[in-house]
Parts: sequence; C-alpha cells; structure tokens
Amino acid sequence: MRQNKDTFHKILKQVRPYRHILLLSLVFAVISVALTLYAPILVGDALDKIIGVGKVDFDAIFHILKKLGLIIAVTGIAQWCMNLCNNTIVYRVVKDVRMKAFSHLQKLPLKYIDSHSNGETLSRIITDVEQFSDGLLMGFSQLFTGVVTIVGTLFFMLSINVHISLVVILITPISLFVASFIAKRTYVLFKRQSEVRAEMTSLVNEMAGDQKTIQTFGYGKRALSRFDKINEALRECSLKAIFFSSITNPSTRFINGLVYAGVGIVGAIFAMHGVISVGRLSCFLSYANQYTKPFNEISSVVTELQNAFACARRVFEYIEEKPETEDGENVKELGAVDGSLKLADVSFSYNKEKELLKNLNLEVKPGQKIAIVGPTGCGKTTLINLLMRFYDVDDGAIYFSGTDIMEIKRDSLRSNYGMVLQDTWLKSGTIAKNIAYGNPLATKEEIEEAAKAAYAHSFIRRMKDGYDTVITEDGGNLSQGQKQLLCIARVMLKLPPVLILDEATSSIDTRTEIKIQDAFKKMMEGRTSFIVAHRLSTIQGADVILVMKDGNIIEQGNHETLLKKGGFYANLYKSQFSCNSSAMHKVTKI
Amino acid sequence: MYKLMRYLRHYKKETVIGPLFKLLESSFELIVPLVMARIIDVGIKNNDLTYILKLGVLLVILGVLGLSCSLTAQYFAAKAATGFGTELRHDLFAHIQSFSYSEIDKAGSATLVTRITSDINQAQAGVNLVIRLFLRSPFIVVGALVMAFAINVKLALIFCVTVPVLSLVIYGIMAATIPLYRKVQKSLDEVLLATRENLTGIRVIRAFCMQQKEKEEFEEKSNAFLALQILVGKISALMNPVTYIIVNAATIAIVWGGGLQVNEGAITQGEVIALVNYMTQILLALVALANLIVTFTKAMASGIRINEVFDLKPSMVSGEKKEMKKEEVILEMSGVDFAYQGHKEAALSDLNVVVKKGETIGIIGGTGSGKTTFVNLIPRFYDASKGRVKVNGVDVKDYDLGTLRGKIGIVPQKAVLFRGTIRENLLMGNAYATEEDMIQALKNAQAYEIVMNKSAGMDTMVSEGGKNLSGGQKQRLTIARALVRKPEILILDDSASALDYATDAKLRQAIAQNTENMTVFIVSQRVASIMQADKIIVLDDGKIAGMGTHAELIQGCEIYREICHSQLSKEEVAYETK
Repeated sequence: MRQNKDTFHKILKQVRPYRHILLLSLVFAVISVALTLYAPILVGDALDKIIGVGKVDFDAIFHILKKLGLIIAVTGIAQWCMNLCNNTIVYRVVKDVRMKAFSHLQKLPLKYIDSHSNGETLSRIITDVEQFSDGLLMGFSQLFTGVVTIVGTLFFMLSINVHISLVVILITPISLFVASFIAKRTYVLFKRQSEVRAEMTSLVNEMAGDQKTIQTFGYGKRALSRFDKINEALRECSLKAIFFSSITNPSTRFINGLVYAGVGIVGAIFAMHGVISVGRLSCFLSYANQYTKPFNEISSVVTELQNAFACARRVFEYIEEKPETEDGENVKELGAVDGSLKLADVSFSYNKEKELLKNLNLEVKPGQKIAIVGPTGCGKTTLINLLMRFYDVDDGAIYFSGTDIMEIKRDSLRSNYGMVLQDTWLKSGTIAKNIAYGNPLATKEEIEEAAKAAYAHSFIRRMKDGYDTVITEDGGNLSQGQKQLLCIARVMLKLPPVLILDEATSSIDTRTEIKIQDAFKKMMEGRTSFIVAHRLSTIQGADVILVMKDGNIIEQGNHETLLKKGGFYANLYKSQFSCNSSAMHKVTKI
Repeated sequence: MYKLMRYLRHYKKETVIGPLFKLLESSFELIVPLVMARIIDVGIKNNDLTYILKLGVLLVILGVLGLSCSLTAQYFAAKAATGFGTELRHDLFAHIQSFSYSEIDKAGSATLVTRITSDINQAQAGVNLVIRLFLRSPFIVVGALVMAFAINVKLALIFCVTVPVLSLVIYGIMAATIPLYRKVQKSLDEVLLATRENLTGIRVIRAFCMQQKEKEEFEEKSNAFLALQILVGKISALMNPVTYIIVNAATIAIVWGGGLQVNEGAITQGEVIALVNYMTQILLALVALANLIVTFTKAMASGIRINEVFDLKPSMVSGEKKEMKKEEVILEMSGVDFAYQGHKEAALSDLNVVVKKGETIGIIGGTGSGKTTFVNLIPRFYDASKGRVKVNGVDVKDYDLGTLRGKIGIVPQKAVLFRGTIRENLLMGNAYATEEDMIQALKNAQAYEIVMNKSAGMDTMVSEGGKNLSGGQKQRLTIARALVRKPEILILDDSASALDYATDAKLRQAIAQNTENMTVFIVSQRVASIMQADKIIVLDDGKIAGMGTHAELIQGCEIYREICHSQLSKEEVAYETK
C-alpha cells in the first residue's frame, strides 16, 4: 500500500508539467457527464408534453428540444475535448518517462547492464512503459468520468424521487457483488490457464524451435504425445476460464434487468398516484439502464490500474537505479597523448566475495603491442573494462599518458581508445553511417578510405547499394567476417592512439581472418595496442605477452623468452599444438 | 480462416446451439421496451395495479430467461472454441513434425512457435466471439428496426436513416484508424529496436562517446511515435461523441415526430418511450459489433498465418527400404549439386566423394563454403538437386527416413539440449539405451566428469535450451547424445568449437579407440582438428577444392595451404608434412 502511494506520488510528479491540461480535462469531464445526465430529464419533460390525441403541447416540446439539441452538441464537443486532453497528457507523460529511462540507460554503470539480462531491461523500457500508458489512459478516461457519473446520477435521481432512487441504490450492489465474485473465480482460472499456456509455449519453443534436432533423433512422435498431454490440460482449463469470464456480462445485464423491472414497477405505481410524471419515469428508466455501467467499468479500471502501478513501479525502480558517478569538477580533457599506460597496484572484483585482480602492476610504453593470454575467467576482459573505465578500480590507480584516469573526463579518455570486440555490434542504418559512427562528420572520401584500409571496400562495392546498403537489425544480411571488417573500418576512421582488440577474430573463418589480420597490422602501426586472443598463433609477434591466471599476471615477456622459460605459456603453447598432433596420430593409426 | 472452420466439425451441435440461444436472449431483450410501453399506456393510464405487477413479474421472468439462454450460449461457445483450438493445435504441431529441413528453413523456427501459440489463441478467441456475438448484434439492430416498424411506419423511417448513418460513421472511423494503428505499432517497433540496439551495443556506444547522439536519435523516434499516437487518438476519440450526437439527434426526431403521431392518435405515449429505448439498443449493438470486427480481423489474420503453415507441404517423401546392408563403401556421392530453395546460386556443385567404412573424414573451408550443407545431405535432411547420394550402396531416397537416420549420429553446430534431466536428454538419442550405454557414451564424449560433478548425476535437470550449462559442457553432452545411438556414421559439425584443444583431442582419440568401424565426419574451421584425418575435403564456394591427406593437400592445394598458414606456425605446418 505504501509502495503504491510512493508510486502514485512519482506518477503525479510526472503529470505535473501537464497540470493545466489535466485541469481542463476534469472540467470537460464534469461538463460532459452532467449534460449527459441532464439530457434524459429533458427527453422526459418533452414526453410529458405528449399526453394523448389532441393533447400535445408543440410549442413547449419545440422549446425543450431546441435546448436538448444545444446540450447534445455541447456534450459531444466536451467529450471530444476531454478525450484529446487525456490522450495528450498520457502520451506525453509516457514519452517523458520513456525518454528518462533511455537517458538513464546511457548513464547506468555497466555493472548494472552486465548483471541484468537485456530482455529484462528492455521489457522495463518498452513493455512496462506501454502497459503503464494503457492503464493510465484508462484510468484518466474512465475512472474519473465513472465516479462523476455515479455521483451525478445519484444526485439527479434523488432530486426527482427518493423512493425510486432507493430501489436502484439497493439493487445495484448485487451487481457489484456478482461481478467481483466472478472476477475472483476467473482470476484463479486465468492464472491456471496462463500457467498451462506457459508450459505449452516452453515445450513448443523447444520442440518447434529446434525442430532440426527433433528430426535428427526421430523424436517427433514422442514430442507429439507430450504436446497432446498439455494440449488436453489446456482445453480443460481454457473452457472453464473462457466460460466463467464470459458470464460476467450476462450476469450484470441480468441485474440491470432487475433494476429496470424494479424501477418500472415502483415508478409505475408512483406515476399511477401522480407522484411523478410518465416522462420522469422514462428518465429514471434510462438512468437505470446506465447506472451499473460505471460500476463495472470502475472495477475493471481498478484491476488495470493495479497492473499499471506495478509496471510504473518497475520503471521507476529502474530510473532510480544509481547511475555512474558523475565526472568530478576537476577532471580534464586530454590533450596530445603518447599512448603510454601504467597500472599501479590495481585491485578489482565484480563482487565482494570473489577477488579477481590483486595488486596488478604493469607499464606499457608508447607504441607497444601487448598481448594478453590465459584461461577463461582469468581477468583478460576485466583488464580492458578497467582501462576504458567501464568499471572503476577498487584500489590502486591507472595512469593514461601520465594522468590518473579518474581525473580525466570519461568521454575524453574513451575517445583515445579504438575498440574491436568479438561481439560485432552494428547499428541498423547504412554501411556508410556505421563506418562514420564515431565521427558523424566524416566525408564520403574519408569513409571509403577507412573501408579500403580495413579491406572492406571490395565487398561493400559488390553489395547492391554499395555504401548506402541498409544493414538490417543486428547485421543479418552480412556475414560474421564482413561485420567484423566494418567494425574495424569504424575504428580506422578514428584511429585513436590506443587500440583494444578483444578476441576480435575468434568467431571468424580462417580465410577472412587472414584479411582481418592484415587490417589489424596496418592499424596497429605506431599505436599502443592490447590484443586478447586464445589462438596463440595470432599473437606471437607481440612486444609483450602477459600471461594471466586467476587475476594475476604470472608471466610476462615476448614469445621467445616465454618459450625458453618453459613455464605456463610454454605449456599452453605446446598443448595447443603437440597434444593435438599426437592424439590425431593415434586416431589415424587405428 | 474458412478452411480452418473444419476444425469445428466435431462441434456442430455447439456451433448451432450457441448462436441460437444467443438469438433467443436478444429476442427477450427486444420485448422489454414493449412491456414497459404497456405498463405506461395501460397500467398507469387505467390505474391498474395488478396489471403493473403482472407485467413487472413478466420483466423479471424475461430477465431470468435471458440469463439462462445467455449462459447456455456462452457455455457452448466456449466448448466449441476450445475444442477448435485444441484440435487445431494438435494438427498443426503434428504437421510441423512432418517438415523437412527445407520447410523449417522457409518458415523459420520463431514463426512456427508463434503460429502454434499466440496465433491459435487469437483464432480461438475469434471463434468464441463469433459464435457468441456475430449474430447477436445484427439481430438486435434488425429486431429493433422491425419493432419500430411494428409500432409506427413513419417513425420507423427515422430508424432507417439513423442506422446507416451510424454504421457509416463507425465504419469510417475504424477504416481510418486501423491502418494508423498499424503505423503506430511499427513506430513502436522502431523505438524497441533502438532500445535493444543501445543495450547490446552499450560498450561500443560508450567507447565512441555517442551517448548524446543516441539520445537525440531516440528522442526523434519517440517524438514520431508520440505524433502518431496523438493523431490516432484524435480520430478514435471521435467515436463516442459523434455516435452520441447522432443517436440523440435521432431521439429528438422521434420525440418530435412522436408528438405529431400521438396528436393524430396513431400511437401512444408509452410507444414513443419504447422507440427511444430501441434507439439506445441499436447504438449499443453497433458499438459491440465494431469491437467484434476488430477482434475478428485479428483472428482472420491469425487464421491466414496458420494456413500458411498448413500450406507448406513436406517436400520429402520417405522411401520404403527398412533394412540397411553393411558395405565396404559407406558413402558415395556422384555428381551432386544442391541449391537452397529460393536461391539461384548452388550451395554445392559437382561433388564426387567415396568414403570407406571406418574412415575419418575432415571437412574444412571458409564460412559459406558448404561444409554443413555437405553433411546435411547424408542423413537426407535435404535432397540433392542433382546427382545421387548413396549410403551403404543404396540411394538415400530409397531408405525409410527413420531407418536411415537411425544409423547416423549428428552433433549439430549449435549445441541444443532440452529441458529435462541429462538422462532424458540422452534417451532422446536412443530410447532403448541402457545405463551402461549412456555412461560409455558420456565417457567417450569427455562428458562423464560433468555428470559426476553434479550432485544429482544423470538426474541433473537441464534448463530450457541448456542455459545452466556452459558452451563446452553442452557440446560434450550433445556429442554423448549422438554416441548413445551407436551410429554407423558420426557427424561432428563444428561441434567442438567451444572445447579447448586438449579436450578436443582427447575426444577424438576416445571416439577413434572405442567405437568399432564407425565412420566419422568432422567439420571444422581448425586445421588442427582435422589434419590427421584419413581424408580431408577442402570446400570452397560449394566446390571441392582439394581432397586427400594433410601432406598431399599442403603440396597440391593452394586454399588448404593458405588456411594452414593462417592458423599454424611454419614449424607446425612443416612438422606435420614430414
């Protein structure tokens, strides 16, 4: 409850900039509801002037109808304006919230992104925000008008006749009772149904999703019998869920019918005694017809709103997630740099229980090629995360060209690195736009130059629209190698003083790799570079090879010295090559 | 959608009874205003209390009858709809089981999943609604018209004008908004895409310091989305006010015209009230119909999508031959061409390969060179476009598919495991495998220690897609699953890529030592994994660029040499050729 209150306050804060429109919307709502309720009274009055043959007061009727026409027109306009106001408020608030969420994404520490699945974050920014929007719109348009309608109807009814009003007021709660009774039942049934559905989706996901594996093992019949079992369960619970949910309408219609009959009987008796006129009775009947409607609407709005609140809470939780620390006031922009790096006593861990890097020391001279090898989880990628300040060190310091990186503006630091990762990320958009990603002002010539340097020019030229070819989401129309060449071209255009190549060729076939290696060679000329690789043959030319294990640099030196040393690296190197050969020899001998 | 209607064949009774009871209910509803008119015209005029009470009871009875009819109708509708959905789902799932690789490629796995789940749900909801409401709304409209005519022909003419105008307005607003809603959805998709991109590319975006620019782009997309939403909102917000104005304008006309008619003695005051009531009923019915049409169009679209899957006929006919002899030459391909459906260029051309029983064959080549396609022809996942593929001397097309594939164990590129225990996953390979068989397979696949390290052993649960296992563990388990079949032919399609070199080597050694006469195909990008094979096939652009041992190829095959030099040091290459 308190949580809901909190969320409500936060929503109000979002609505605040649009409070004028909100006020306007409320005014229109009151006008339209009041007039909607007033119209039946006028109709009733007019009907009272139609008593029988020769007893029709046309002048009076004309007068009333004229008024009625005006009221109807005003009601219509007020309704439309109210809808427009509501739409404007809701869509704008939602856009603001989504924009906030997106901006926040750009500020969140990578720690958050890495520890939450993309699907989860995505569903907060998109799905939750949409649901929140739907709920809010329904809330605005129906909750308020619903309440005003109920109050207004009560007021008009009581002002016409107290006794008949009592009939309506006494019978209506039954409708609410029935509706909530059914809703509770159906909630359980729907929950059961969605559980079974989830079970089925998960089976189908596996079976149809990997149909090829199923075929390989001739598992089809067994799969079908598993499917049928769930299918049958689904039939049973769906039948119940659908039936129960579909009786809500007839049931409330029935109660409505009871109200109608009650008003009819009591009203007729009163009319018989001349307490009220026939016209007023007809007015009552039309109220009776509509009175249960806002109640039903409100109960569905409440469920919807609860859902919307839950979604809003998730969105706000996300927006309030602690962002990266701001760059301090004394931070500076880097000027000319030499590309040297120094790590002094650096310690770091992703979570406090498991220490990863301990007192790491390293000095890199300008223009050196540093290769990092070691088993998975030894901290290779972590080192790069720290260099680029995707994560901050727990202890110690990193110096970039002599300056502590904590004293450099993040953007300034990062723009001195060129990064190519194993995961080839491209934006949907043209090839040219992707190459110019870090430098949107690049000319066409510069883009082509970069592509040529990255050995990407020839394949781009062969594509249908050349540099204007649109890359579909996630580069679906390109091969893995082509994507990687584009990522390299992207860095080529920028040519920063320090390069980072993190497993950049591990998912690429060997023939393309030859080209990429050439591109890398060209790129690395005169630049400090870090290369993470598991294929040892690709790093033999490095100036310094760092062998990492369990967060420490256990060996350091070039290929020859490390081999001579006969330590971990030498073993790794030998196992990669001779272990294979001897095993294969056995294979072929058999 | 009409084609799918045959799934209602077991529910003929329900599909007739449902709407029938619905019509009954509507008839009762239509009588109510008339009864009320009698109360006013007869009961009140004559001060007849018993008459009023009698008719009041009649109103209640009408309500009860309506409720029971309606409940009956809802029940039968729900029964027919769920029956429809259940049978449709069964058939669709079974139909998908008959697909060959070509059809699966064509449809796409993700598509098939949504067809079985959400599309069928949508169609089921459509059937349910149609049975319940499709007749009801038009019936009420027509019924109210008829009633109006029964009361007074001249006043009924007002109805004759109002109903088409109302229908037209509702139709017009819907016709204007439905395509716009599609645009809104598309615009939302773009917002979604931008968000997803920003999530997956967060490192690159930060490395290039593009946060601000991404924000601006996102703002642009959000604004486009907002503008569309507001536009659609403006139009759809017209629905209520406009229909309200039309119906009330008609009410004014009825009251005025009613006054004239009453003055002439043609009708009574109560009947004018009844006419006003009928007008309201018509409005409610038309609005319900409009909502129904929306749901119905969705259901229709789903129906079309479901039918698309049914229209995909399996392109492969299983052969008859249920036995397989053992021959010296286990695989023979002669003059084989293959092109994927819808592709002009051949994925494989002019393959001529002979493989003897017990040989180890390495297949190497760049991405897209046709390695996987090549091995997929052996278990007949695809049919060659030209030429013949023979296993044990018989064309694969003549074998019963189950028999053929039963002799082959495949480990696909993507290691896929299913939800269930490790044992269940292994049994998938061979339902009759004994515990020893499984342990032996696990040992050979270097996966035994994975199982031993789990407290539940073979009963360890594998989560969906094997998410609780590492890439290397999954690969080894999929290899074990293939080995449990004790296949004559084992195909490893780049399936050791997540293993380190030492494990990879041990795996191959174990397979070679512990399986008698098994023919092994190893597809790989690593020279080291295949260079000791009896025969290496080098594929380039779907053609065989070279075939022979490592030593032979190093001498005679340019492409092979290139690949070797990119992966191995000079000494390694030389060492191996010695």
